[in-house]
Amino acid sequence: MLRGLWKLTWIEIKVFMREPMGAFGSIVVPVLLFVVLGRFANNRLTPPSPVVSSFSRAGVPVLVSILIAVSAVLSLVTIISIYREGGILKRIRATPLRPQTILTAHVVVKLILTAATLVLMFLAGNRYLPPGIHAPLFSFTIALLITTWSISSIGFLIASIVPTARFAQPIGAVILYPMIVLSGLFVPIQLLPPGFQAVAKVLPFTYAVRLLQGIWNGDGWRSHLTDVAALAVVFLVCTALSAKVFRWE
Amino acid sequence: MPPVIEVSAIRKTYGRTVAVDEASFTVNEGEIFGLIGPNGAGKTTTMECIEGLRKPDRGAISVLGLDPFRQVYKLQERIGVQLQQAQLQKRIKVWEAVDLWASLYRKKKVNTERLLEQLGLSEKRDAWFMNLSGGQKQRLFIALALINDPEVVFLDELTTGLDPQARRAIWDLVREIRVHGKTVFLTTHLMDEAERLCDRVAIIEHGRIIDMDSPERLVARHCPERTVILDTDNPTAEEHFNAIPRVESAVRTGLRFTIRGRGDDLVTDVIHCLSENRIRVTDFRTILPNLEDVFLKLTGHFIRE
Repeated sequence: MLRGLWKLTWIEIKVFMREPMGAFGSIVVPVLLFVVLGRFANNRLTPPSPVVSSFSRAGVPVLVSILIAVSAVLSLVTIISIYREGGILKRIRATPLRPQTILTAHVVVKLILTAATLVLMFLAGNRYLPPGIHAPLFSFTIALLITTWSISSIGFLIASIVPTARFAQPIGAVILYPMIVLSGLFVPIQLLPPGFQAVAKVLPFTYAVRLLQGIWNGDGWRSHLTDVAALAVVFLVCTALSAKVFRWE
Repeated sequence: MPPVIEVSAIRKTYGRTVAVDEASFTVNEGEIFGLIGPNGAGKTTTMECIEGLRKPDRGAISVLGLDPFRQVYKLQERIGVQLQQAQLQKRIKVWEAVDLWASLYRKKKVNTERLLEQLGLSEKRDAWFMNLSGGQKQRLFIALALINDPEVVFLDELTTGLDPQARRAIWDLVREIRVHGKTVFLTTHLMDEAERLCDRVAIIEHGRIIDMDSPERLVARHCPERTVILDTDNPTAEEHFNAIPRVESAVRTGLRFTIRGRGDDLVTDVIHCLSENRIRVTDFRTILPNLEDVFLKLTGHFIRE
């Protein structure tokens, strides 16, 4: 069924790394962002108010991680629409390479790149983390992969509605970034007006942020099963919807 | 021997548009068969039905004895499909594409290095796809279509956008495919391509197949007109030319005569007349009709309009 998946995944990683903006944009930029934000939060904001302190402790890493996940999904949307525009998703059906294989390979590539970026970010920015924090790196990486995997399904929904590859990036950004604003990352959800609170409750980023912040602060997985379940539901619902509305050509 | 491809009365509509209308034809083993017609005539839809990518609304198709829609996986192992241009990752290397494609098939008969060599791509094996010329890209697509040693090869508009030299090189490759006993099914809107390459062609317009035969027989059937153009200063020439029974008109412009008539014997008759009357000529050319003229005659318009 998925013959060629691993070979294709490996090729796609190599192809991506050959792109001048590929490695730089998706790996170097988040790492730099993290370092700069981390320094800023550490040096300028002491003595911290309780809110700022919580933002500098968990906010920066979570924000940057969410951005990594979103940029991965946006590039997924772009790639899918380019492939569709070139007719490759349709024509490929005449070969034993299944379109599902291509799509799966791209999700896997994005997950691998997300994990790699995150690890690099920690290596580069470790000393800017406030002292006394021992973030559970491995669990946090897993949490981010679950997040990326879940919103990649939204990426497929977006890919179904973008008319051409040129609009993929902007339309995706317009849909995804506002969700981050309501996710509780900047303003706690309890402080939002009731209408926005209701919206935030159905947005996947709300659960992603809660999961990532919790894991970062040392919570066990047990206390975040709801968040993981919510992200899984998002994935299942969006995948089921995409299966109905996705355009192969 | 049963035909390799058998299409009987297929019809395919998109909404109210009829893309293919009662098309029927057969393709025999070892021949190069061309489906020719203008863009939007239904060529690609027909080809996609045969490849199992689309299901016709009506009618039946059999390829290598298989139903292409129901047995598409079985069929894919035995056919090769050329991908249209610009469909590989920009920065994939030639050898990576070939290697990936080769890994997709159960049977592995073809030596990929030798295949690259045959297609003149050995030197380019480490080049990125985006850095290949148009002709090299098409040769790569042909390589990918041949990688499973297929029995039938499908080529869709394969020289569109290539310069004449690259086009000729591709034609040689297609003839080479046939030499190895494979059947080739191609579509083109280039009449000279069809004429030089195809053993038989089917002319399709508005989803209907208007006629089908070898290019030579199509020309003979629909366009018996022949034209001879010659230069002479012999003052009695006009009179002599008009006396040839097969000649319909002999028009003179300065020293140049344009002689029109019907049938293959017109040229012989004109030469005979020249020698019999000792008419000295300084130029002599014949203009034979081609598939382009056949198309014009059958449809009333030029193919590129």
